[in-house]
Amino acid sequence: MSKINLRELKHSYLENPSRDEDWALKGMDIEWSDGGAYALLGPSGCGKTTLLNIISGLLVPSHGRVLFGDEDVTDTPPERRNIAQVFQFPVVYDTMTVYDNLAFPLRNRGVPDKEIDPRVREIAQMLDLEEMLLSKAAGLTADAKQKISLGRGLIRSDVNAILFDEPLTVIDPHLKWILRSKLKEIHRQVGSTMIYVTHDQTEAMTFADQVVVMHEGMVVQVGTPIELFEKPQHTFVGHFIGSPGMNVLPCEFDSGVPRFAGHSIETASTSRPAAGYSRLEFGVRPEFVSFCPDGIPVEIVKVNDVGRYRIVDTRAGDARIQILVPEGESVSLGRAQVQFDPAHTQIYADGWIVAEASS
Amino acid sequence: MTVKLTNQKAWFLVAPVVVLVAFNAVIPLMTVVNYSVQESFGNNIFFWEGVKWFEEVLHSERFAASLMRQIFFTSVILLIEIPFGVAIALSMPRKGPWVSVCLVLMALPLLIPWNVVGAMWNIFSLPDIGLLGKALNSLGIGYDYTQEPISAWFTVILMDVWHWTSLVVLLAFAGLSSIPEAYYHAAKIDGASPWAIVRYIELPKMKRVLIIAFLLRFMDSFMIYTEPFVLTGGGPGNATTFLSIDLVKVALGQFDLGPAGAISLIYFLIILLTCWLFYTLTMKDEAQ
Repeated sequence: MSKINLRELKHSYLENPSRDEDWALKGMDIEWSDGGAYALLGPSGCGKTTLLNIISGLLVPSHGRVLFGDEDVTDTPPERRNIAQVFQFPVVYDTMTVYDNLAFPLRNRGVPDKEIDPRVREIAQMLDLEEMLLSKAAGLTADAKQKISLGRGLIRSDVNAILFDEPLTVIDPHLKWILRSKLKEIHRQVGSTMIYVTHDQTEAMTFADQVVVMHEGMVVQVGTPIELFEKPQHTFVGHFIGSPGMNVLPCEFDSGVPRFAGHSIETASTSRPAAGYSRLEFGVRPEFVSFCPDGIPVEIVKVNDVGRYRIVDTRAGDARIQILVPEGESVSLGRAQVQFDPAHTQIYADGWIVAEASS
Repeated sequence: MTVKLTNQKAWFLVAPVVVLVAFNAVIPLMTVVNYSVQESFGNNIFFWEGVKWFEEVLHSERFAASLMRQIFFTSVILLIEIPFGVAIALSMPRKGPWVSVCLVLMALPLLIPWNVVGAMWNIFSLPDIGLLGKALNSLGIGYDYTQEPISAWFTVILMDVWHWTSLVVLLAFAGLSSIPEAYYHAAKIDGASPWAIVRYIELPKMKRVLIIAFLLRFMDSFMIYTEPFVLTGGGPGNATTFLSIDLVKVALGQFDLGPAGAISLIYFLIILLTCWLFYTLTMKDEAQ
């Protein structure tokens, strides 16, 4: 067991990457602490799977090093890396029984049968596979097959980290929840590092202690679900996490004060952005926008009732501001005034947050 | 007043299929059935014989001998072509520009008309002027497929392997290409050896296409006619007289329509029964 360190990692699938778009991973330094439950969150095509395959050794990065503890494993093949990986589509060896499937990674490593047997039974019990141990793996349901894939990872006691590549894609919705809780439970039991790739924020938030958000080959933020919600480091995180996403509105600095639509706004960012940016915005989540008699004038154009709260769509000039209004509060179309909660309003220059003076 | 609930007009919609099947299968087959139970001396005069021809064929040493040759030939080429085809498919590149080159090279023998294949091998193997025949003889191996049964068998089998292994390769390759990348990744992480990957991933995933390959090669080789007919004409002696060659001799050489009809039906039933048994037994585990 050891922490996993990615240093100056870059990867391109092309032989001679020249432009920025040629890179699938555009450079990152991350440390995954031992025993952590991480989610790797991002839209399809942002490089999540590439990153995962580099950690497991299926891909050798074009640049940078992969360290397990102090050992450099960048060029070590996957079978010698003590990594388990569960794929999007369940992989089982069809002609083998469930038992043989679970025993396979150990047999390949020459572990004697008398050590394999108790281990297989232990893992089968952990995953509720005991009753099907002797049946052929081919005829099982998708969720059972996915459990077997996971079991083949768990069976090795030397595993450093278990990587999940959108493992619940083919699982029925009502079983997803069960399997996800199972994963959390297993994480508590075995304590190995788990990295869970998904594009579903609910999955990420419920599984992980730390969420790594990726966007266009970059890691834009690493943080707890609450940090991602309250202080997105990048407007992308604001958009991608939360439903509806953060309002990102244009602003400008006028004698040291950020102004939006002619009104000065108070923000949590106390420092000014360094010069040289091309785009200045501020972000505030719909949860932190409220109606107030002497605020910024807006036009309410639509009210969506989504159950426990309503999403109010408003316009201030060309800008669109969404507001979450709790059930019971009356909202009517037409003119209104809004204010932003200063503690949850941040300034972004070219998409990146402008850091507070204190930090 | 009664209401007519069933409408028989739908039968008209089935009529084209019935006519088509009748002309391409039922009527020719029934003609054969008709011959197989009668005796004819020409002039379109027929005498009823019952199952006499069937009894005669089943007790005939000549039929037994050509059936045995047929079974032996089919077994040998299946034993060579299926493993060999799978091996070639496994060693072919899966990605990149060489894939299409390999596939075209593999498909070439399949595009050559059967009688041309026979003629090619006939000339290629001639002991005095053919490349293969001359080469073998100059190596000191006494090879003459026109005179020696062993040489003739060797040539017929080599010709079939050359002509048809490609079919197995193409089918096996199609099966291999459909295996998702994740299986190979998982196998790597599980530390599987190259042989274990073949044994537990590739062969099981190829099972269905290999069953098709086996059935196609079984049927085709069991009915083989043109190539050995052009190559050896069934000789030397009767050494390479397979069932179909013998059947043509009986039907067109001796004009014994009755026995020929009986042989045809037995021949057909053997193929049908073998295919059915093989398919049922191999697909037994794949209920879902």
